[in-house]
Amino acid sequence: MLRAGLIFKLFRRGAQIQRKRMAMTVAAIAWGTLSIVLLLSFGEGMKRSFSKGSKGLGEGIVVVWANATSKAFEGFPQGRNLRFHPDDVALVRATIPEIVSASGEMRRWGNNLSHGRKSLTKPVIGAEPEYGELRNMIPVEGGRFLNVRDETEKRRVAFVGDELAEELFGEKDPVGETLLINQVPFTVVGVLKKKIQMGMYGGPDSNVAVIPLSTFRSLFGRVYLSDMVVKAADPAENETIKKRLFEVLGAKYRFDPTDERALQMWDTHESQQVTINISLGIQIFLGVIGGLTLLIGGVGVANIMYAVVKHRTKEIGVQMALGARRSYVLGPLVLESLALTAFGGAIGVGVGYGLVRLLGFLQTKANSEALEFMGAPTFSPAIAATTVLLLGTIGFLAGYFPSRRAVAIQPAEALRYE
Amino acid sequence: MLFSPKNGKKSNGGNGEIIAMRALRKVYDTGAIQVEALRGIDLAVHRNEFVSIVGPSGSGKSTLLNIVGCLDVATEGSYLLDGEEVAGLDLDQLADIRNRKVGFVFQSFNLLPHITAYENVEMPLLFKGAGARERRERVETLFEQVGLGDRMHHRPVELSGGQMQRVAIARALACEPALLLADEPTGNLDTTSGKDILGLFEDLAERGHTLVLITHDMALAERTKRIVRIQDGRIVEDRPTSQAA
Ligand SMILES: Nc1ncnc2c1ncn2[C@@H]1O[C@H](COP(=O)(O)OP(=O)(O)OP(=O)(O)O)[C@@H](O)[C@H]1O
Ligand SMILES: [Mg+2]
Repeated sequence: MLRAGLIFKLFRRGAQIQRKRMAMTVAAIAWGTLSIVLLLSFGEGMKRSFSKGSKGLGEGIVVVWANATSKAFEGFPQGRNLRFHPDDVALVRATIPEIVSASGEMRRWGNNLSHGRKSLTKPVIGAEPEYGELRNMIPVEGGRFLNVRDETEKRRVAFVGDELAEELFGEKDPVGETLLINQVPFTVVGVLKKKIQMGMYGGPDSNVAVIPLSTFRSLFGRVYLSDMVVKAADPAENETIKKRLFEVLGAKYRFDPTDERALQMWDTHESQQVTINISLGIQIFLGVIGGLTLLIGGVGVANIMYAVVKHRTKEIGVQMALGARRSYVLGPLVLESLALTAFGGAIGVGVGYGLVRLLGFLQTKANSEALEFMGAPTFSPAIAATTVLLLGTIGFLAGYFPSRRAVAIQPAEALRYE
Repeated sequence: MLFSPKNGKKSNGGNGEIIAMRALRKVYDTGAIQVEALRGIDLAVHRNEFVSIVGPSGSGKSTLLNIVGCLDVATEGSYLLDGEEVAGLDLDQLADIRNRKVGFVFQSFNLLPHITAYENVEMPLLFKGAGARERRERVETLFEQVGLGDRMHHRPVELSGGQMQRVAIARALACEPALLLADEPTGNLDTTSGKDILGLFEDLAERGHTLVLITHDMALAERTKRIVRIQDGRIVEDRPTSQAA
């Protein structure tokens, strides 16, 4: 008979015994696996939602506001207010080659937006075609963002935020519908695809209507920009761009290029790094908690295994007295710890997976912002496998070493254990 | 007879010596103190002998029998079991020797508690590598012989002391050992069961088994054929009994 067959047979026979302890081991492994799978699933989900959210405003863009000078320069006093003109967008594009995309932006609050009998008060943005891509304003299928012809022909078209669209149009598809902005009719050309937006200035994008900058200027008689949005091909060039903006605009508006107060900038690449670090921090935190959980689980498993072997030393002695080789005792024990781990791990992973799915489902049902922001818990097979492996290894070692000691002594001595 | 040991198989020793011990010493090293349990034992036991070992408590009887049964090894000296030198063998080789040549019966039975009587008796046959059919036939025969055919599938806790010891004897005989050893086999039994078990041993001796047992009971020892008395780790008396032919 094959030795492997014998060991398997002995394992099956031994597996009948110590039901209570085996159930405890399985429970410990299942519990440890479950805790970690859940913990890290939330961590993973949060990380994903963070990184998505931090991109909501636009990836690697720099938003520039004109501020007031804080240094006297070339005969001008300090404290002079600065304002951008729409032509400045063309100027910075022409003089700063690193900028690959740019748009001027004008904002106006308290506009009356209406459709049919519905009427709302919402902000309106005037922006150039590049604005859509810069600010990650992706249209829902069937619609589009503003284009160059809208801009050059001063068309009365609007791109609307998803929440605004729902409020105003309800179930109806807004694309092609007429929207009155302060009683002036606009045609809706696109609706914002829902996005998670963590950074914002002047309200969330879901709640605005965007119209061509040219239309905005003639409709409201605005002369100056609220801000400019620019973007480099590579976010690593953002520092250069920021420095050059001070120089180019400083030359035009006669302020000291070292006057940091003159322009105010928001570099989303920079703030994204911060977000990444925060979510990394959260992950490390959860990882540490997970590690501690694992440790406790491991100690539990080790303890059970150790007790089992301690309890079995005499039985091991009996088996050896009957002529069992060391492998006949160790082999079944190894198989047993593997079986317990596989079983416990399967339960933990299975229940964990089920709970993750259930929570994800509840989240979409509940439609709560906090839950949404927390992110859908994301099941990671790699984490589950690592957990099971780790706990299994601990259980195995905890069972293996004392048993190896039990089979390394003469049976006469092992038989003295009670 | 099924109870007979393997017939015709000549021992490797040639002169029929199953046990041949010379100048055997055993020192227990407990760290702080060293206990010299055996202080030079010379002992020869031949095929078909029925020997009892007697002596006061702590004299070294169990120590000697453990070494005889390869459950432990001597510190010094030579020991040939059925012609094979035991000193220097590794743990697995000793396990094989115990499996093939020795059957051991303990005072406290030492049945594995979580499996049935049947499975207990089958265990040495599993270790030996016997096929399923051989195991079943052998185990069933053994249970018939010890008179427990109807208790095969009970667990040890469901058996009386005498019944447990019968199972243990069946288990010791499973691989047809050259030598059957028993360390106070009746020590945990009431008088009636003790007599029963002793009768079983006498039966086995009659059928040609080589038996060595430890006992405190001189009346019982006198029913064997040879008495070896131990005191302070030495053999102080070695005589045939009235039973010796
Ligand atoms: N594992 C051990 N470690 C240390 N000392 C031991 C060990 N086993 C036995 N001894 C000592 O060796 C001596 C002989 O013990 P042994 O068990 O052989 O005596 P025994 O004749 O069987 O006694 P009893 O009739 O009480 O069973 C005793 O002094 C005992 O304390
Ligand atoms: Mg003793």
